[in-house]
Amino acid sequence: MTSTFLPDKRTGRDAGPPPPATDRARSRARRRALNWLTAAGFQLPALVLFMGLVLLPMLFALYAAFFRWGGFGMPSDYIGGENFTRLFQDDVFLGDLWRCLVLVVLSLVIQLPFALAMAVLLNQRMRGRAVYRMLFFAPYVLSEAITGILFGMIFAPDDGFADQVLGKVGLDGLGGEWFADPSTVMATLFLVMTWKYFGFHMMLYLAGLQAVPRELTEAALIDGAGPWQRFRNVTLPLLAPTLRISVFLSVIGAIQLFDLVWVTTAGGPDHHSETMAVTMFQYGFKRYQVGYASAISVVMFAISLVFALAYQRFVLRRDLEGATTTMRGDAK
Amino acid sequence: MAVPLLYAALSGFKSTDELSRNPVGLPESWVTSNYTQILGSGDFWRLIGNSTLIAVGTTVLVVAVSALSAFSFARFAFRGREVLFTLFTMGLMFPFAVAALPLFLLLRSLGLLDNPLGVILPQAAFGLPMTIIILRGFFRQIPGELEEAATLDGCSSFGFFWRVLLPMARPALGTVSVLAVVTSWNNFFLPLLVFTDAQWWTLPIGVQQFQGQYSAQYAKVFAYLVLAMVPALAFYSVAERQLVGGLTAGATKG
Repeated sequence: MTSTFLPDKRTGRDAGPPPPATDRARSRARRRALNWLTAAGFQLPALVLFMGLVLLPMLFALYAAFFRWGGFGMPSDYIGGENFTRLFQDDVFLGDLWRCLVLVVLSLVIQLPFALAMAVLLNQRMRGRAVYRMLFFAPYVLSEAITGILFGMIFAPDDGFADQVLGKVGLDGLGGEWFADPSTVMATLFLVMTWKYFGFHMMLYLAGLQAVPRELTEAALIDGAGPWQRFRNVTLPLLAPTLRISVFLSVIGAIQLFDLVWVTTAGGPDHHSETMAVTMFQYGFKRYQVGYASAISVVMFAISLVFALAYQRFVLRRDLEGATTTMRGDAK
Repeated sequence: MAVPLLYAALSGFKSTDELSRNPVGLPESWVTSNYTQILGSGDFWRLIGNSTLIAVGTTVLVVAVSALSAFSFARFAFRGREVLFTLFTMGLMFPFAVAALPLFLLLRSLGLLDNPLGVILPQAAFGLPMTIIILRGFFRQIPGELEEAATLDGCSSFGFFWRVLLPMARPALGTVSVLAVVTSWNNFFLPLLVFTDAQWWTLPIGVQQFQGQYSAQYAKVFAYLVLAMVPALAFYSVAERQLVGGLTAGATKG
């Protein structure tokens, strides 16, 4: 008893908690380290792949954008922001921005409402509903290349399907050069985009509509609300999260549009259907101005990112929790 | 909606001559040679084979790697988890076109041009964000008691993942696999960059080349387009549920 008197005080001050507690803390730390290592081990393959083939190339594009560089060897001719100033004086690139905006607006005011109307229609109990769903969604599974070539032939001047049909019904005047005329190329392109992508949005809306509880619309019906009122005041607000996601995807898709343009017009005639990605491809892989092309990449990414962050911050924020919790019920 | 597809299918049975006289109606006499010629050539089947190889490779890789990562996100509380997850979700916004140039240079220096791995690896890497997000959501629903029980029975983390979680997650794995197959099958940009040698071309590239080569013979090109659509549409009709389920799940989760 007496022998423990002094040493006991010292252990209290210098060695921290009494021996059993130290052991516990140490084993807890060890367990936590082990836990971290296990978790990290599971993450490692994904991280290596993602870092190496997604993040690293992105960062390199950011670096290369500050050089005059043809793509051979390492970039060495540093020119600061010159690529960027050149970009914003380049008529083709400014045109890309304008065309991107046009596509975004057209998608939002024509494509999405159309998709919504079809979704509401197909949500009713009707004959052949499943067939229509399959049919409308099918274009989404076809590759952009195949879709583009198909429509390139349909809209070929004179012997294309579109012109011939118009000719047969005596509307020759309406037909025309379609993809080949600067004044109609964007409208034609938008038509093809709508064919290809509206089924996708329609499917999203259908999934959202399934989640609208029937009792709510029935209750509104009993309260004497007409079809339009029921849609406007009950269905639409409940569909809002889905709508916001679909708007998001639609805008991001328009910013990054490449394949469909590349196989139909490759940006022509005379740059009138060029998108940012097409311009980037032209400079990077055809004209070997890789530094300049990288600057286009960077601007494209910046636009996507700013839009995505702003959208997430102001529009999507409250949806995400709700969406993930409802999804837990759906995903089986 | 179906008009362009029907038109193409019918046109494939016409001769190019007839196509200009009679664009809309049924073929006067059903010419099958357009279709049979293509089916009889080895080129077409090689394209299908390449597309299949690349789609399967990409799918196996992206699903395996994502499952490990999603498991760790769903089941472990570790330092840096949220940062890492945010990094992956941001990947959803990275346009492929942005990385295309440096990626091309990287693949060139690794000697992966004209090599199927040059398409498989980047496709898998860009598929990670969506796959991880969907799988993580699914793994989180599996009750923690199961893991405790497995641990008590002497199961390691990986043992639990391999023997309990993956078999249970089969529907979710099916969904992400179908998504990965479709995305890979339709990819145009990356194979266009990576494959200069016709031996490795995938279906979308082959179609584009064929159209360039026979641009005057409309009926032939239509037949080719239709045959190129068949695998995708067939796959879609079989896997429709998984595909639609996956797209809506991924989309509503942002």
